[in-house]
Amino acid sequence: MQDLSNADCIVIQGSNMAECHPVAYQWVTEARLKGARVIHVDPRFTRTSATADKHIPIRAGSDVVLLGALIKYILDNELYFKEYVVAYTNAATIVSEKFQDTEDLDGLFSGYDDEKGSYSQETWAYASNDGADDETPGTIGGPAAGHEHGHTKSERAAGDEHGSGGPALEHAKVLRDETLQDPNSVFQILKKHYARYTPEMVADTCGIGVDDFEYLARSVTENSGRERTTAFVYAVGWTQHTLGAQFIRTAAIVQLLLGNMGRPGGGIMALRGHASIQGSTDIPTLYNILPGYLAMPVAGLHDTWDDYLGAIGNKEQKGFWANADTYAVSLLKAWWGKAATAENDWCFDYLPRLSGAHGTYQTTMAMLDDQVEGYFLLGQNPAVGSAHGRMQRQAMSHLKWLVVRDFNMIESATFWKDGPEIASGELKTEDIGTEVFFLPAAAHTEKSGSFTQTQRMLQWHHQAVEPPGDCQSELQFFYELGRRVRELLADSTDERDRPLLDLTWDYPTDEHGEPDAEAVLAEVNGRHLTGDKAGEPLSSYTEMKADGSTDGGCWIYTGVYADGVNHAAARKPGREQDLTALDWGWAWPANRRILYNRASADPEGNPWSERKRYVWWDAEAGKWTGHDVPDFVPDKAPSYRPEPGTGGPAGLAGDDPFVMQADGKGWLFAPKGMLDGPLPTHYEPQESPVSNPLYAQQSNPARKVFPRKDNLWSPSGDAPGADVYPYVFTTYRLTEHHTAGGMSRWLPYLSELQPEFFCEVSPELAAERGLENGGWATIVSARAAIEARVMVTERMTPLVVRGRTIHQIGLPYHWGVGSNAIVSGDAANDLLGVALDPNVQIQESKAGSCDIVPGRRPAGDELLRLVAEYQSRAGSTVMTSNELRTGHPESTPDTRGG
Amino acid sequence: MDPKKTFLSWPVVRQVRSGDFLGRGPAVTSAHTRELTPRTATADKVVQSVCPYCAVGCGQRVFVKDGRVVQIEGDPDSPVSRGRLCPKGSASEQLVNNPGRQRKALYRRPGGTDWESIELSTAVEMVAQRFVESRRRTWQDHDEHGRPLRRTMGIASLGGATLDNEENYLIKKLFTAAGAIQIENQARI
Repeated sequence: MQDLSNADCIVIQGSNMAECHPVAYQWVTEARLKGARVIHVDPRFTRTSATADKHIPIRAGSDVVLLGALIKYILDNELYFKEYVVAYTNAATIVSEKFQDTEDLDGLFSGYDDEKGSYSQETWAYASNDGADDETPGTIGGPAAGHEHGHTKSERAAGDEHGSGGPALEHAKVLRDETLQDPNSVFQILKKHYARYTPEMVADTCGIGVDDFEYLARSVTENSGRERTTAFVYAVGWTQHTLGAQFIRTAAIVQLLLGNMGRPGGGIMALRGHASIQGSTDIPTLYNILPGYLAMPVAGLHDTWDDYLGAIGNKEQKGFWANADTYAVSLLKAWWGKAATAENDWCFDYLPRLSGAHGTYQTTMAMLDDQVEGYFLLGQNPAVGSAHGRMQRQAMSHLKWLVVRDFNMIESATFWKDGPEIASGELKTEDIGTEVFFLPAAAHTEKSGSFTQTQRMLQWHHQAVEPPGDCQSELQFFYELGRRVRELLADSTDERDRPLLDLTWDYPTDEHGEPDAEAVLAEVNGRHLTGDKAGEPLSSYTEMKADGSTDGGCWIYTGVYADGVNHAAARKPGREQDLTALDWGWAWPANRRILYNRASADPEGNPWSERKRYVWWDAEAGKWTGHDVPDFVPDKAPSYRPEPGTGGPAGLAGDDPFVMQADGKGWLFAPKGMLDGPLPTHYEPQESPVSNPLYAQQSNPARKVFPRKDNLWSPSGDAPGADVYPYVFTTYRLTEHHTAGGMSRWLPYLSELQPEFFCEVSPELAAERGLENGGWATIVSARAAIEARVMVTERMTPLVVRGRTIHQIGLPYHWGVGSNAIVSGDAANDLLGVALDPNVQIQESKAGSCDIVPGRRPAGDELLRLVAEYQSRAGSTVMTSNELRTGHPESTPDTRGG
Repeated sequence: MDPKKTFLSWPVVRQVRSGDFLGRGPAVTSAHTRELTPRTATADKVVQSVCPYCAVGCGQRVFVKDGRVVQIEGDPDSPVSRGRLCPKGSASEQLVNNPGRQRKALYRRPGGTDWESIELSTAVEMVAQRFVESRRRTWQDHDEHGRPLRRTMGIASLGGATLDNEENYLIKKLFTAAGAIQIENQARI
């Protein structure tokens, strides 16, 4: 975070940092005071814009065009950092001749499978120098895995596995052309792919004038290179789209071309919104991964231990993922202890299997089908915070039992009593058979434990007081629940109960029954189990073994408890350290603060410049050194070259800085890993008033859609009925509230500061629709109608896109309908439907279509009629905007679902 | 006239003498104000903590008196936040102490129109029973091709991004061992 102050230029896009992460923003301010240029690209003018050098308003969802044009500008004007690009990226790598670009196929890449609605990625592979392309069975992805189709990868959100590194490529028998001239080189493919992403296209798609684009392009390129670095900052304004992962990929390409990755003041900073949202991804309460980004096994793909090992990483592959077997065995040993042996494949068969996408939205739909009986809500309020709030509340009314663990009586706990569907008459309290347990939770001051903040740093918070009344930590509740479940099953002889009964589930507790969080952290860190060091904590994941002699619950966290010291609790004051502050908290991996920091030195190991000195090779000492923990094998010299065929970390050369990538290179072109294309391509949001100006293909052809009657969409582009929902809405947060309000709308100070739901509209839109500042407006989407106070403000800029004015409406989403919070109001997320990014299964919440009219919304049955009347006028059917392929003469509308 | 008031106690003079030219500091304090002591000064102990709201991870100092949190302030030692907190972080004392906070377990029976009170241990035992029963009823051993599944699709969970790593670890461990795979949190949203 502090490193942002080293930047010479900062582009904040998809984030309102000054309001949503205000304390982190001090480092942007610091950079600006030192002369850095700050640019804010956002649909709204906010306090971030007010304190930036320039605000560039953008049409929500069009970011790939803007950043793609930036790529084109860099390439056309030869402004890329040549030495860096040639040595550290895959620009020179040759791609298979079978690859076809979206420019060849009008918006599709090669390998699209109409039936599955997703890509087979084989043709995106690197060409190989032994005559065969590397899709030859067995040469990629391990001995047994072969090529997994994008369809199953998407179902298991395989993109999440790259949270700590790139996908496997076994061979590195790649062909390279370091002159970058080969037409099949990544560099030339990149040039061709973005050839039509011109400043004029930016104007026609994003609504950004040519001068503003020029300003952005010059600012970024003039502040990159040996002497200078530019940083990008984003938040959910980039992730919550049907191609969100590709937004970030586009920025990654820009940063690699400009040589800004792994260097001080560079990189791409993700600003996350919950205290441990990074931690709950690393140690995932997510369906598709195990701790440390190991895949959850999938039926049919990973039926045996060998299948699984082959898929997660094999010994011939380069980089640290080659040791994935040691991480997996250590995890299974941590969970099943002595029961996990070599003979039973370390209890691999104890793991449940996935058989499709089991994300939160699919689970919600399964509730509606009465397939889910019980649901735990742990500090989360889906009735307000998840997309399509109506669907969320309806789904919960189908449960047999619901456990809500929170501080306050959130709307998800009381929907059966005072939810909007009770008011509209759709649900009746007496008819809802859901048994609800409200169990009060302990606050951060009432328990000890660690949060992992947005830059991967674990910080320990110490218990200050005892929790009041019945309030309990999750640690205690789940320890207790597990204990009781095991007791209930104690006499079972059923094989299915073995994983529970064999589970290591014994933690020391205090006199109140609270488990010792540090004992859990020690298990996460891992231990030596045999030999002289038996019982001692591991100090690094490189000590992990695949023979059962070590355990460890999350390999990337190994080291946090090295030497039996809780390094997450390290608290040497910042003023007594340099800016990197290695003695405050502990960052994974290995307490490293900037990833891939080997790239801050040139191929010979010298800093690119004195000004940007960070990590370098000390030839005399024969090791890497610098301001951070070097992200490299400590004594691997820059001149090191592996013997051909060497796997693992030793397979990477002394000038391959991207050590978690299978070829050691930063990927401009992603031959594997991205499920909707090896290069980011612009597609319109799931519903959009604009036709895709680049391709006949309107929206991401690999996105996940759910054609159902309770999930209708506005027609898009020029389709008839699109004018019924003519405006774009985008949701956002305020400084004074926290997501769905569970931690803010019950606090008097915060409720007073932001008491009421409102919508931000431009004076032009207000005039067009007769909206009055301070009055009421009703906002209607194809899913719901809600009401909000009107704020007429010049902060909203009408954008002109191909001669047409596009109005955008801003909606903070913190309020919900209930009777317990200090402040309540309609929930903006009720307007949203469910359509997901294929890589990570995240919903599109940042761009939708709506209408807005003055006055309050009707209540009861009349409200439902209003929504239905709009749907009917727009002609929305279950397939509206849900066709995956559009505009291709050979394409036939997808008629599945209904 | 108050005999203690002299020329020197005139407001303008006070402002000039104390250097408080804008009249927002010592020149305008009343006797009452001067006698106040901040809660932070009388606390029994100060505990280092981390803000529970967003993921910036600002340092907090929790001031405790008589077993109760009396104030939460920014931790100047933190190299990330350097003592600063935003409005949410600054309000976190109210997160802990607000009178509306629910401190007792509650139960709503199927079809019930209102909450009922329930003993915590009874509630936890009931949840454990339902967990075991739902798991049994919805268990899947194999898929249609005979491949192992060994799971339940009858139990789901949402939440974790506001919790500690150690808590998420126990949740993932227990649910996975039980075969419950539909575990999700805000990171998906």
